[in-house]
Amino acid sequence: MSEVNHFRRVVLWWLLATVIATPLVVFVAAPGLPPGNGTVESSGQVVDNTVLLGLSTPVATAVLVYFIYALVAFREREPAAVLDGPPIRGHSTIQIWWLIVTSAIVLFLAGYGSIRMLDDGSGGGQGPNPIASPEGANHALQVQVIAQQWKFDYRWPAYGGVETPTLELPANRLIEFHVTSLDVIHSFWAYQLAVKADANPGVDNIAFVTTKGPMVFNIHCAELCGVWHGYMFEKGRVVPPAQFSSWIAAQQKQFAPATKNLGPYEKRYFPAPQRRA
Amino acid sequence: MTSIAISAGRQPAWRRFLGFNLLTGIVLAVVGWLIGDWIGGLIHAPSLDYFKVGTGENDIGIMLGYLFGVIGFLVGLGFANYPVRRLLGHPPTLAEHESEGEGVGRYFRLCTDHKVVAIQYIIGIGVFFLVGGINAMLIRTELLQPNVHAFGANQYLTLVGMHGAMMMGIMTSGVLGPFANWLVPLMIGTRRMAFPRVESFTFWLLMAAGVVLITTIFMGGFQTGWTGYQPLGDQGTAGYDAYIGFFALVGLSMCLLGFNLLATIITMRAPGMTWTRLPIFVWSVFATAILMLLAAPMLIAALLMGGLDRTIQTAFYVAGNGGSAYLYQNLFWVFGHPEVYIVAIPGFGIVLELLPVFARKPLWGYRLAVAGMLGVALLSFFVWQHHLFVSGINADLRPFYMLSTELISLPTGFTFLCAMGTLWRGRIRFTVPMLFCLAWAFNFLIGGLSGVLLSDVPSDVTTHGSFFSMAHFHYTIMGGLVFTVFAAIYYWGPKMTGFNFNERLAKIHFWTMFIAFNSTFAPLFALGFLGMPRRVVTYPANLQPLNDWVSVSAFCLGLSMLVFLVNLIWSMLFKREPAAANPWNSKSAEWQLPTPVPVHDFDRFPVFDPDPYPYGVEPATGPALSPAGAGS
Repeated sequence: MSEVNHFRRVVLWWLLATVIATPLVVFVAAPGLPPGNGTVESSGQVVDNTVLLGLSTPVATAVLVYFIYALVAFREREPAAVLDGPPIRGHSTIQIWWLIVTSAIVLFLAGYGSIRMLDDGSGGGQGPNPIASPEGANHALQVQVIAQQWKFDYRWPAYGGVETPTLELPANRLIEFHVTSLDVIHSFWAYQLAVKADANPGVDNIAFVTTKGPMVFNIHCAELCGVWHGYMFEKGRVVPPAQFSSWIAAQQKQFAPATKNLGPYEKRYFPAPQRRA
Repeated sequence: MTSIAISAGRQPAWRRFLGFNLLTGIVLAVVGWLIGDWIGGLIHAPSLDYFKVGTGENDIGIMLGYLFGVIGFLVGLGFANYPVRRLLGHPPTLAEHESEGEGVGRYFRLCTDHKVVAIQYIIGIGVFFLVGGINAMLIRTELLQPNVHAFGANQYLTLVGMHGAMMMGIMTSGVLGPFANWLVPLMIGTRRMAFPRVESFTFWLLMAAGVVLITTIFMGGFQTGWTGYQPLGDQGTAGYDAYIGFFALVGLSMCLLGFNLLATIITMRAPGMTWTRLPIFVWSVFATAILMLLAAPMLIAALLMGGLDRTIQTAFYVAGNGGSAYLYQNLFWVFGHPEVYIVAIPGFGIVLELLPVFARKPLWGYRLAVAGMLGVALLSFFVWQHHLFVSGINADLRPFYMLSTELISLPTGFTFLCAMGTLWRGRIRFTVPMLFCLAWAFNFLIGGLSGVLLSDVPSDVTTHGSFFSMAHFHYTIMGGLVFTVFAAIYYWGPKMTGFNFNERLAKIHFWTMFIAFNSTFAPLFALGFLGMPRRVVTYPANLQPLNDWVSVSAFCLGLSMLVFLVNLIWSMLFKREPAAANPWNSKSAEWQLPTPVPVHDFDRFPVFDPDPYPYGVEPATGPALSPAGAGS
């Protein structure tokens, strides 16, 4: 038994498994992962997922290969006799190297994730004062997402504060979502856009996305918001800019009477609580 | 008062029903409920109706009903006797302790024997685990089809909420309740817990909590899931009052359980049982107990404010009235993230306690394992806002929470390293408990690595709140805790009950559970990536094949649990094959005692081997323990 260098064998098996598995994950599995490549942010998330999975794969193979090897090589071959293994109580070099390697992976992950997030916000909700604004955020198209039980509405400050029941966005444009709620906590999840931002009552939650070509995307509420939460979904569209202009003009015209009755555009709304009679 | 309980064995059958027992407890619970409801009716003021629901329910009456009902239940069980007697000037006693020798009856009343409370915990938690599991089966039945077919939307959400609350509330004590209560006194060499009445109190409080949650069915259910987010809860019908009552009682039970275990481990170790000689399981209990003691009060505070919102018209969580929905999310997750480690760390302890026995080697890296558990416990208080990455709260702090969340994988990694090191060049025996421990390693690896995608803000944007996160925490909690609980049941069960399990059924249970578990939860990662949010009653039609696969696998998982139940009932009630004193050839202290363990555990202070894992070496001292009845 002692002639066999188990450590070297484990390392070799791990190298073999890693060399096979990692390219499969990085080049085959990960690029096809959602949320796809519909927007700049969704492409960014795919890159991010690829890096994370690419790093996780050697870790996973290390643990799995070790366990499989140990369970095969060190299984009890004489179960009738109760014999003990050698009293090994630790190995300081291995412990120190384990700490160094896992720390390095963790610090890299945190640093990488922070840099990626600070780059453009990655489509996540950032609260009222976003720290990660993409370039050209001053000229972004502002869309207010107003969630209520159980419906999203969209208000357009750049177009006379009109409120539309559906969402269409111009292609190749930086969009600035202002997500808020009138009642309970919702979450605005535009899946293919790679946008998710919680809609909190009394909070203006900002998320950025840069659209690419025309597409249809799913919108779903991602925070449990009451009985009909499961039905709070709809489809939105990214359309060419000219088509968007005619759509929003038509909406302004159609909802002109309603717009007059709406209150002024605000970042947050506080519907008055009712008392029971 | 307690004399009735002491001499119950000699009395006629009808006489035993009088006095302080479970029956009296139930009667007084009903009486208490009626009194509370009546008082509530007297002081009822029109509640705020922020959402124009206009149900006209008297939430004050319901809350007071629960409060008085639970107090009545506990008084009926006899928890008031001792304080009252002390107030009246009677000398301190441990009278309840003497009711142990009475057979089955002691399991149905206040008993201060730590071994009896542990069995009570196993059965009681098992019943609610079964309820939670049946809820899961019903959830998966509804999700067989993309549209509502089996239940309505409201019923579905109530099932989801009850499943989550049962599992996260009751099962939180799934290791510390049964196994820590049973093992810690034996492992550290004492006859009882520091506060034996508190020990019993935590159990009966937990049972009362479970019943309170079940009453939600009769009051319209609750629509909030186990997280109970506000202000959705403010809007909920009376069923949400049951949720508040349930979780507040669970929080109190958890807090006291942790407090009791901490006091026991710190003050009641036998002479010579120094900190570095504690079995690793005791260390895991120690780390978990710290979390329980410190985290649970946050939950109680959050729920108390919710209860005040609903009854006496405060507005802690109503944005328009100066409150904030963030407040609840913050408080809940300050509790909620330590909570998931309360669930995970005992699993680490069980695995590291069992691996040396079945690899026939000392624990590899004892100090590292201790550092890992304490490190996880410490760090778990600094990660809670990763649940709120896209909520817009403290967006500037997201890099910090990303770092702290990923840092927690370092101490978790220590546990893995110690497990791997223990196997190295061992003589590994594939017993049933060992198989469950190895399954833990596989499941927790997947759970941990999928957590990387959730801890990273850019990839969390898509995975947050989706089935992906659902799969992640089922891998860590069910794959982590439930598998280790079964390892513990198969390992310590024969010692605790005195009877062996049927090994063939146990192996069938393991393999069906392991395969069905992975077949159920691995596809959920895909469903999350494909855009399915959590807690929805409908989903796109193209996700139906995958959902059906998951549902069928979940039913198989449920059947594997039935195999266990059959094994348990058959082995413990019918076959009753007496267990050997030390069937695993373990060198831990508890296995050196006879089976079943004598009522008073030890006759005198035990002398422990300085090495908790003396495998491969001769024990340094002579006979390690002096069990009760062995003479001296």
